[in-house]
Amino acid sequence: MESLSNRKKVLEQKPMTFGEKIYLPSIAKGLAITFKHIFKKRETIFYPEQERPVSENWRGLHSLKRDEQGRERCTACGLCALACPAEAITMTAAERKKGEEGLYREEKYAAVYEINMLRCIFCGLCEEACPKEAIYLDGPFLEADYLRKDFIFGKDKLVEEPLKS
Amino acid sequence: MSERVKVTIDGISVEVEQGTTILNAARLIGGEIVPPAMCYYSKLEGSGGKCRTCLVKVSKGSEKDPRPMPKLVASCRTTVMEGMEVQNITSPEVKEARKGVVELLLINHPLDCPVCDQAGECHLQDLSYEHGSAATRYEFDRRSFERRDIGDKIQLHMTRCILCYRCVYVADQITDRREHGVLGRGDAAEISTYIEKAIENDFSGNVIDVCPVGALTDRTFRFKNRVWFTKPVDAHCNCDKCSGKVTLWYKGEDVIRVTARKDEYGEVESFICNDCRFEKKKTSDWVIEGPRKISKHSVISANHYEQLAPPPVIRKNPALKEANKEQFERVIRY
Repeated sequence: MESLSNRKKVLEQKPMTFGEKIYLPSIAKGLAITFKHIFKKRETIFYPEQERPVSENWRGLHSLKRDEQGRERCTACGLCALACPAEAITMTAAERKKGEEGLYREEKYAAVYEINMLRCIFCGLCEEACPKEAIYLDGPFLEADYLRKDFIFGKDKLVEEPLKS
Repeated sequence: MSERVKVTIDGISVEVEQGTTILNAARLIGGEIVPPAMCYYSKLEGSGGKCRTCLVKVSKGSEKDPRPMPKLVASCRTTVMEGMEVQNITSPEVKEARKGVVELLLINHPLDCPVCDQAGECHLQDLSYEHGSAATRYEFDRRSFERRDIGDKIQLHMTRCILCYRCVYVADQITDRREHGVLGRGDAAEISTYIEKAIENDFSGNVIDVCPVGALTDRTFRFKNRVWFTKPVDAHCNCDKCSGKVTLWYKGEDVIRVTARKDEYGEVESFICNDCRFEKKKTSDWVIEGPRKISKHSVISANHYEQLAPPPVIRKNPALKEANKEQFERVIRY
């Protein structure tokens, strides 16, 4: 059939000449290209030691934020879990006791907060759903591991480091 | 003796008995022309007339006196007249007024929906989502109260209260003494039991169900889970105090909350007793009737895929039909 784009090239299959049949010129040409690349600038980086800069709207691993007084912002409202299309987020809420006002910002807090990183598709909908600005996908890549259970990140891995006074 | 009168609401005519309120006439028609109501509760005598969210415009008073009513009227308190013409959603004036009412209701309401247990089934949430504006113009401190316990099962967050008086009418209806009321006036008004006394009545838990906001909540359900992660199931039991018809809210295998069955206007079908509400939290206490139907617009039905609408290829191909047998059966059972 006639090509619509007119960009189709018809290849002709001609029998190889003697020069082509002995392959040596082609091998030499190929090796020349390989050796030329030794002196060129390297395109790859050594990943775990070096990292490429990420864009401003990069979405990496989640982190649960603290407010300016170092209290956890998350109030376990469940909107991130509701918005999550992969159903990766689960949580259990608990009531803040007297004397814990310095730890949690709201009356209610997430006692357990788990994200299954194998389910997560890093879409960022949890970030958008959060009414308390508590979750952000500002971390690095997800690192490889051996066991599935190690990909379920709990609060120990998600919550930001406490403020240094 | 009851005469039938004809009333037209948003261009839809309906014949109702004389003495029916405009709101109830609109509920007979149903659909989106029904004015929202925060304080009116058909099961509670004397309720209504407080919140003003059900304001409608009467563009023609009656057949005899066709003049329109000078102001917007509260449809829960205004009775219909022969030939009355009412505008609800077709009137921009009503919409504007309702927006104002919602703004006033929200003046002192804390926006603590992420913490509140009522979130997801809160009428004020629905109302302000539908009619309110996204921003507030109020610049002063909202009034706030300490959280209080009414008895060991009910919790009062006065901060969230919109003073609809529904719970007061419940308390009046279930007891012959006045145990629960509104103290103070105007901005200082608050719902209270006198001297923080627990309401000692088998039906006191119903104040939780009638509360349109999260002011009165179940202490046994406090922070247990968000309502949209729970699964509502209709069930009944033989209870000698009440009808025993309830909705169980499951999370996994556990019943984490028991409520009465609420209809599309958020009103309970029948009041249930405290034993059913607070004590019977095991599946073995109940006879399960089936999953509760939840409006698909409600957040409670989010992520629940009950209805299977398979593509034609699955419906026709016998092999695929066999593979999806379990799901088809589940749909039929529901």
